[in-house]
Amino acid sequence: MADVALAQRNAKSQVREASAWSQLKHNRNWLGFWFMVPAMAFLIFFLAYPLGLGIWLSFTDTRIGRVGHFIATENYEWLWDDAIFWLSVFNTLLYTFLASAIKFAIGLYLALLLNEHMPFKALLRAAVLIPFIVPTVLSALAFWWIFDSQFSIISWSLKHLGLISQNINFLGDTTWARVCVIFANIWRGVPFVAITLLAGLQTVSPSLYEAATLDGATRWQNFRYITYPLLTPIIAVVMTFSVLFTFTDFQLIWAMTRGGPVNATHLMATLSYQRAIIAGQLGEGAAISSAMIPFLLAAIMVSWFGLQRRKWQQGESND
Amino acid sequence: MSSVQIRDVRKSFGNFEVLHGVTIPIEDGQFVVLVGPSGCGKSTLLRMLAGLENITSGTISIGDRVVNNVQPKERDIAMVFQNYALYPHMTVGDNMGFSLKLRGASTEEINKRVKRAAEILALSPLLERYPRQLSGGQRQRVAMGRAIVRDPQVFLFDEPLSNLDAKLRVAMRTEIKELHQRLKTTTVYVTHDQIEAMTMADKIVVMHDGIVEQMGTPLELYDKPDNQFVAGFIGSPAMNFLKGHVRVNGVATFEGPNGVKLPLKSAPAASDGKPVVYGVRPEHFTIADDGADAEIIVVEPTGSETQVFAKLGGEQVVAVFRERHQFNPGDKVRLKPDPSLVHLFDDGTGKRLNA
Repeated sequence: MADVALAQRNAKSQVREASAWSQLKHNRNWLGFWFMVPAMAFLIFFLAYPLGLGIWLSFTDTRIGRVGHFIATENYEWLWDDAIFWLSVFNTLLYTFLASAIKFAIGLYLALLLNEHMPFKALLRAAVLIPFIVPTVLSALAFWWIFDSQFSIISWSLKHLGLISQNINFLGDTTWARVCVIFANIWRGVPFVAITLLAGLQTVSPSLYEAATLDGATRWQNFRYITYPLLTPIIAVVMTFSVLFTFTDFQLIWAMTRGGPVNATHLMATLSYQRAIIAGQLGEGAAISSAMIPFLLAAIMVSWFGLQRRKWQQGESND
Repeated sequence: MSSVQIRDVRKSFGNFEVLHGVTIPIEDGQFVVLVGPSGCGKSTLLRMLAGLENITSGTISIGDRVVNNVQPKERDIAMVFQNYALYPHMTVGDNMGFSLKLRGASTEEINKRVKRAAEILALSPLLERYPRQLSGGQRQRVAMGRAIVRDPQVFLFDEPLSNLDAKLRVAMRTEIKELHQRLKTTTVYVTHDQIEAMTMADKIVVMHDGIVEQMGTPLELYDKPDNQFVAGFIGSPAMNFLKGHVRVNGVATFEGPNGVKLPLKSAPAASDGKPVVYGVRPEHFTIADDGADAEIIVVEPTGSETQVFAKLGGEQVVAVFRERHQFNPGDKVRLKPDPSLVHLFDDGTGKRLNA
């Protein structure tokens, strides 16, 4: 025993005499810092830096090939009086609101349906995911053909059914174009909502439904009092992501309409691209992009408060 | 309150029959415990009684009404689930009042009945809490409160104590029994724990592989098990079984493994040489000079009694003594079963042979 105690004391004094470097090597915080570096570097170089640069550009008159000068809020003042910019804001809000709401409704319906016992359940679940795995541009091109003014399969079918006499100008008419891009976005976004909500539904213990059934709940009451309240935290997450993705959508619009006709489908993202890259006005494009930030922050705030741990989720974690 | 009649009930999942014709009469106000090893069909039977599973054939009646095709909510039963199944997003009060709310009762009525149930179960200070903020025992009581509020004809319990720790389980056992004595509601209680069954039941139904092995009061089952399965299942430590033959030459005796001779009060009719299983409960052994030779292996004192594991005719047996003998492992003792308390079973069918 005495030997052991002595040896320990020796070891301790050795540590005390060790160099600052070897002390640092054994410091958990120092080690922890180095574990964090890759993630931090990634976030700084690919997210924080471009975001900061974008905001900085929006305060300059930079063009492609010409270093800009700081012009304070001139870009924003210019945009304030720009009817096309305000149209794009309106389009983006309309697009986001309608597409997200419908995606939620269809997604929830599909999730509830797929949560039931039915034949070929696994196959159906896989099938629901298809729109999600097709590359966006490919599906956009497919929709482009489906909504083509001359070769649209919809126009062709309706004509053969005798319901219309001439082709519908899907992507040429302002209202139709908006309907079409929103439809395409819904088609693409539903699987994400449906599969995530389905995962949420499967965390609800079946014995809760049994208890509710014995308590006298009908199927609707089961949904209203058990499923929906227990699903709200997941709904908040899914819908935040859905809104963010939809609000910043670019690929689908650019491949289908490029913002036309007469800017009817121009979203803030596509307008920004058009002004910054196509027209070369990097400063103005950056200002349009930066103008999206308050909207996105607002969406995040809503879910932040919606997502805060509800009272019933607090307390002991075991259940 | 009502009686419950289960008549020749069968249940199949696909081609696989899990209940092979079960008949259990339950009197008004009785506390009936269905007990058996896992997979014996006891929970399935309870769920059929609740209406959560279809009845393949046979009938179940509650009161005078056959409920085979009656919706669960129309059956006027309340069930306490193994995992309690409390609604996590509702307060204790809302959990308990949920069924009344669905039934369209007035807020006043709901509050009154929830308050009364909370008083019975000492839950009054917890009504505003959420299930996550409760301990296991409190959750268990809320689950019972949810059942009490409805004032049903029959209470169903599905292994309600299996998620609790040992000490709490004993306390809740008493609490449930006391509650039943107070409310006198017909109760069907499922458990795999024979001690729960023995301590709580008015009537125990021992189930095994989808059939009823025996039903009766706890002491009937303990004193006169119909077959070897019930004999082995009821009682702790379990009954000792020795295989051997009956010998009748003048005095009936049992000849066990390695020629061990053990006493019999009387031989079953025409039984000389009959292969039997000799059953003796651990507390029915005594130390006597005319006993059979045994060697002690392990001694386990619990304070109130001492469990002794010994080799008798090469077989391990357990004996329990309330008096304090001085035993050491390796000691030779003479163990003698009380012949009037010995059980004989057919070696094959397992049926009880002696009266």
